[in-house]
Amino acid sequence: MKITRRGFVKGAGAATAIGMVGTPYIALGASKKVVVVGGGTGGATAAKYLRMADPTIEVTLIEANKHYYTCYMSNEVLGGNRSIDSIKFGYAGLGKHGVKVVHDVVTEIDAKGQTVKTAGGKSFAYDRCIVAPGIDFKWEGIEGYDAKVAETIPHAWKAGSQTVTLRKQLEAMKDGGTVVIAPPGNPFRCPPGPYERASQIAHYLKSKKPKSKIVILDPKPKFSKMGLFTQGWKALYGYETDNSMIEWRGSAQGSNDNAVVKVDAGSMSVTTGFDDTVKADVLNVIPNQKAGKIAFAAGLTNDSGWCPINLHTFESTIHKNIHVIGDASIAKGMPKSGYAANSEAKVCAASVAALLNGQEPGTPAYVNTCYSIVGKDWGISVAAVYQLAQDGSKITKVSGGLTPTDASPEMRAREVKYAHSWFTNITNDIFM
Amino acid sequence: MAYKKLKRGLIGALVIGASSTAFAADKPKTMTGASADMLAVTCAGCHGTNGASAGPATPSISGISAIYFEEVMLGFKDGSIKNTIMGRIAKGYSDDEIKAMGDYFSKKPFVNAKQDFDAGLAKKGAKLHDKYCEKCHAESGTSAEDDSGILMGQLTPYLRYTMADYKAGDREMTKKMKKKVNQMIKKEGDAGFEALFNYYAQGKK
Repeated sequence: MKITRRGFVKGAGAATAIGMVGTPYIALGASKKVVVVGGGTGGATAAKYLRMADPTIEVTLIEANKHYYTCYMSNEVLGGNRSIDSIKFGYAGLGKHGVKVVHDVVTEIDAKGQTVKTAGGKSFAYDRCIVAPGIDFKWEGIEGYDAKVAETIPHAWKAGSQTVTLRKQLEAMKDGGTVVIAPPGNPFRCPPGPYERASQIAHYLKSKKPKSKIVILDPKPKFSKMGLFTQGWKALYGYETDNSMIEWRGSAQGSNDNAVVKVDAGSMSVTTGFDDTVKADVLNVIPNQKAGKIAFAAGLTNDSGWCPINLHTFESTIHKNIHVIGDASIAKGMPKSGYAANSEAKVCAASVAALLNGQEPGTPAYVNTCYSIVGKDWGISVAAVYQLAQDGSKITKVSGGLTPTDASPEMRAREVKYAHSWFTNITNDIFM
Repeated sequence: MAYKKLKRGLIGALVIGASSTAFAADKPKTMTGASADMLAVTCAGCHGTNGASAGPATPSISGISAIYFEEVMLGFKDGSIKNTIMGRIAKGYSDDEIKAMGDYFSKKPFVNAKQDFDAGLAKKGAKLHDKYCEKCHAESGTSAEDDSGILMGQLTPYLRYTMADYKAGDREMTKKMKKKVNQMIKKEGDAGFEALFNYYAQGKK
């Protein structure tokens, strides 16, 4: 049989010939198999963009759950402005791009044998593996708190059933109750998240249970977008007045004075490093974090509990042919945000596609944009454009910054609309 | 076309201004020269895959005129066009990179936003468009050929924001636009804009 380019494209089951331009014939018959472990923001984006870059790459995505609930915008579910179903996404869209989606739990990644094994007893060979396991929790840091207790005293830092539980608890709380939020120490997923959460809960309480209070017990001396959050809290929730709905208790650098070190589920109280006991009606404890479980099982983590990588290709510096993206990776210079995971996935996908075709990866480009909704018509954001340092040591911010504190009410209202647009577009970009 | 020339002249002036400040700044040593594809895919998080936005407010940039894209991005970059977030982002790109992204998005198909509209107002808007807008936003605002923004099928909140900025002086109108807008306001008042927004929301002529 005479193999023509046209025939080859058809044979590869490609829906489109775009991307084939320039693909050398030498690649004919060469294996181009990628296994993506984890179907969150990073993993799903990487799978889709790999297929868009080169439809001859066979991409298998392995994900335990049939649906993914985005962590971003889950605070609006807690605030009552959004349904849990609006942050729920399936994998049919990826199927349309030719990604093979397998619902199973990855138990082992054999770096030498280039094989991924699952709890279901299946095994998948790969040329390149992309691992996007997200986060796991350091339960050992808080006495009396573990995965079991978290079912009733939720962290809700992976969205889904715990988001619903926490929302129900807020609905059931009496007016005049106290909500305690305990954010984690650095580094953690979504740095402004706990403070947006406090804002969204305050937004709900202000209209439904105005005598209630929110106490934030923070192990840190400062937090992301702190100036903008406190400005919004002052304007909307009486922050720093006698009637403040939100009270933030930080800990000085090096101290754990206001860090939660113990949870007593029976009495719904927490103990701080200073040995203060704070009683709550609704309790939201978010433990310190580390890379997702499979990253440890596969030996991809270092002493920090996160995965060291080459910042150009996101290839692990520990194991060849395995790339790590998203929250689990040490993407020096970028935050652990959804947008960052989406952006990292595209840099990784472009690199992997190049490498599988025997080409040098091109110059990377990265962006992060992160919105927080402080209250009605009050949106704030941080954005950055990055380039890789020439020596590869850091992802360097070349522009960006925060919403100015003197932004007009009109601009803040627009940022809410743009936040909602961001959510629609980024979730389409990931899952559709 | 005189309008086109005027815009190009403006871009030339901006380019000179921007590059002279770029040399003065102490920049860290970073890898540059990313491909248009690599640069453009970073926009998708807010503007949609290939620049086609599903809204509600962030504009679609697919199918855009490359020259218009460049003009607006340079305006964000030098602060002459006020905006929430784009000023902070546009400064991260060289003029060549902006040009490359403009070329990239100009080749992607524009996708009409699905939006509600009032048919009666849209009908009136069609007439106003022909009278006041069609000369620069040709083919009922669907064309990018004239290097002005695509209006038909663009997200209405974005069109509202942009027109509010023009009226407030936060974004400068070209002389021709100013003349037409003022004529329309004099005759129709703000109701004229409502009619136009509804017309563009219907997504077709």
